[in-house]
Amino acid sequence: MLTIQNLHAGIEGKKILNGINLEIKAGEVHAIMGPNGSGKSTLASVLAGRKDYEVLEGSVEFLGKDLLELSPEHRAALGLFLAFQYPIEIPGLNTINFIKTAVNEIRKSRGESPLDAVTFLKRMKEKMALVNIEQTLLSRSLNEGFSGGEKKRNEVFQMAMLEPRLAILDETDSGLDIDAIRIVSNGVNKLRNKDNAVLVVTHYQRLLDYIVPDYVHVLYNGRIVKSGTKELAFELEERGYDFIKNENTVETV
Amino acid sequence: MKTELILPKSPEVENELTTIEKTVFSDYKYGFVTEIEADEAPKGLNEDVIRFISARKKEPQWMLDWRLKAYRQWLTMKSPDWANIHYPAINYQDIIYYSAPKQKINPKNLDEIDPELIRTFERLGISLEEQKRLTGVAVDAVIDSVSIGTSFKGQLAELGIIFCSMSEAIQEHPELIREHLGSVVPISDNYFSALNAAVFSDGSFCYIPKGVRCPMELSTYFRINAINTGQFERTLIVAEAGSYVSYLEGCTAPMRDENQLHAAVVELVALENAEIKYSTVQNWYPGDKQGRGGVYNFVTKRGICKGNHSKISWTQVETGSAITWKYPSVILKGDYSTGEFYSVAVTNNYQQADTGTKMMHLGKNTRSRIVSKGISAGFSNNSYRGLVHVSKNASHARNFSQCDSLLLGDKCGAHTFPYIEVRNNTAVVEHEATTSKIGEDQIFYCNQRGIDTETAVALIINGFAKEVMNQLPMEFAVEAQKLLAISLEGSVG
Ligand SMILES: Nc1ncnc2c1ncn2[C@@H]1O[C@H](COP(=O)(O)OP(=O)(O)O)[C@@H](O)[C@H]1O
Ligand SMILES: [Mg+2]
Repeated sequence: MLTIQNLHAGIEGKKILNGINLEIKAGEVHAIMGPNGSGKSTLASVLAGRKDYEVLEGSVEFLGKDLLELSPEHRAALGLFLAFQYPIEIPGLNTINFIKTAVNEIRKSRGESPLDAVTFLKRMKEKMALVNIEQTLLSRSLNEGFSGGEKKRNEVFQMAMLEPRLAILDETDSGLDIDAIRIVSNGVNKLRNKDNAVLVVTHYQRLLDYIVPDYVHVLYNGRIVKSGTKELAFELEERGYDFIKNENTVETV
Repeated sequence: MKTELILPKSPEVENELTTIEKTVFSDYKYGFVTEIEADEAPKGLNEDVIRFISARKKEPQWMLDWRLKAYRQWLTMKSPDWANIHYPAINYQDIIYYSAPKQKINPKNLDEIDPELIRTFERLGISLEEQKRLTGVAVDAVIDSVSIGTSFKGQLAELGIIFCSMSEAIQEHPELIREHLGSVVPISDNYFSALNAAVFSDGSFCYIPKGVRCPMELSTYFRINAINTGQFERTLIVAEAGSYVSYLEGCTAPMRDENQLHAAVVELVALENAEIKYSTVQNWYPGDKQGRGGVYNFVTKRGICKGNHSKISWTQVETGSAITWKYPSVILKGDYSTGEFYSVAVTNNYQQADTGTKMMHLGKNTRSRIVSKGISAGFSNNSYRGLVHVSKNASHARNFSQCDSLLLGDKCGAHTFPYIEVRNNTAVVEHEATTSKIGEDQIFYCNQRGIDTETAVALIINGFAKEVMNQLPMEFAVEAQKLLAISLEGSVG
């Protein structure tokens, strides 16, 4: 579904990603872990098509398309979803209105007609239950004055509404208490099926107790320095990132 | 537990939003000219032209005298230069002051109206026909200078409501006109109001009798059609004690290279416990991308809350005109009266807007609220200019002003000029102002959800302007949202 080959990217002349290779197949859950500043969010932004990031080398294929050629909205229409580490506020823009616009714009670019109000509301109620989000929250301006946890929950709710093929969750667990993590993970798990995939970015192993990954990758200095199964996450939890750092310095010497 | 979904205020507006992309186009949609034979005054301005206008309209002597007095006054006045707008001097001798579509008879119903005119309205997206009744709108349509037809008069007449063209009112209700015309905006008020008083060709008159709540939104659609005709309409609304009316005014002008002068005057009179809600969506031709052409919109709008507990509320969405110069104001004379001003002003390319309000607190316990949202893009300049005046006797007056500016790009300007004059120390006057930019991160967030940049900008600006848009009657809200998007087309991304 997603094939990243030798991806190098940076911002404002600063190189951040130094040759990422990653292959994600339908039905899989991958986790990317790594210390702060290792480039996890940069990778997510590059995949989503944020303009200010510059791709210097490498290729990304998504569902048979050259992802890097596509506009961000086109990528979204193809089924790529990014749950932002820091969701953006848009004052005055009603959250439901925003989501409805998103749903219908994506439908439009796929040549489908807009959802009628009844179907939309039905789907909305269903997904609200899934991530346990309050309708009062959704009636407010998009992310404006939302707590950290509410913003994250809203991200997962949007993911549920848009039913992406590949969802990238960038530290969706940060700012959530343990109950919220359980609810959100539960929502993510229910949305999983054999045709979609999830890329979970996190720095804690904690989330991976709930969203159990098939593969875990450790990102360090813009490179995947270690890959393994979920046991790798436990090892990281136990030993901290220092052992990766040490190992990695040794290797590169 | 039963969960009831709280829908955002207006679902139809949202449906429109999702189709904004379809409606975003770069050419000015309303740029077409109706082929109608016109009956015109000779070019230029002098007493004979004023006599010509008055004679064409078969006006009584007192009306002609009033016009001539205004003209003589105007000759002694100077064009104002204090606003933050720049334009070459206007040659007042190069303007045609009267242009009436030729019609053989006075239309009694829509069937008698020139079909070409009706088609014009249809292309503008308004129809005078029965559909409007379903949406509760009575339309008094003004093309150029003569009001061509007014619907639902009968239904309104049963309630004693008068809703007709100004010319007709001068003939049929001279006592009301003589009492109120110029009572809120005197002839000598300013350069453009004096000019208007001298040459006004038509406009609307609306009278709501005591205790009557007008059952439908009253609406006038103005349009400048012929080449080089200035439009000088004059509107007067009188709401007797305990009455209520909501009035909508929409403006559209066809594309023209020449600048066209538009100097209207609107006067509102609210007596005890009466309420007048006046909404405007203005999209006169703004000129092209290089700033050529476009309407000069120099308008004087003022209301007086004459009676205690009366209320006047102005709502405006200003997207058009090369230059906008207007300050819909309220004189809060009655005790406990309320004045409101809600405004969205959009400027793009080389447009200039200097707009705001004056709230004159004269009575006790008077309140005013000002919400101004300025959106600037391109090379445009957008100024809010507002005065809150609390006079010596206006004890316990309160004002709240909120002026927000949103910038798209870094070549445009947003300016705020709040003037506060408080002569009574029990007054509470609050002013808040913010300036923000549409963020790349906001647009990217929308993009990531599958929303293209054009639509994202529309969502963001409609969010920004929401508090004002919510004040608009439904029929206008949809059009106004589209207009916001259209007028900012191509300004981001
Ligand atoms: N807009 C930016 N401008 C300059 N440097 C940036 C920018 N965004 C991220 N970086 C830098 O890139 C590196 C990787 O950041 P990021 O991808 O956010 O890491 P992570 O998500 O793994 O914590 C950090 O050193 C960070 O400071
Ligand atoms: Mg990060």
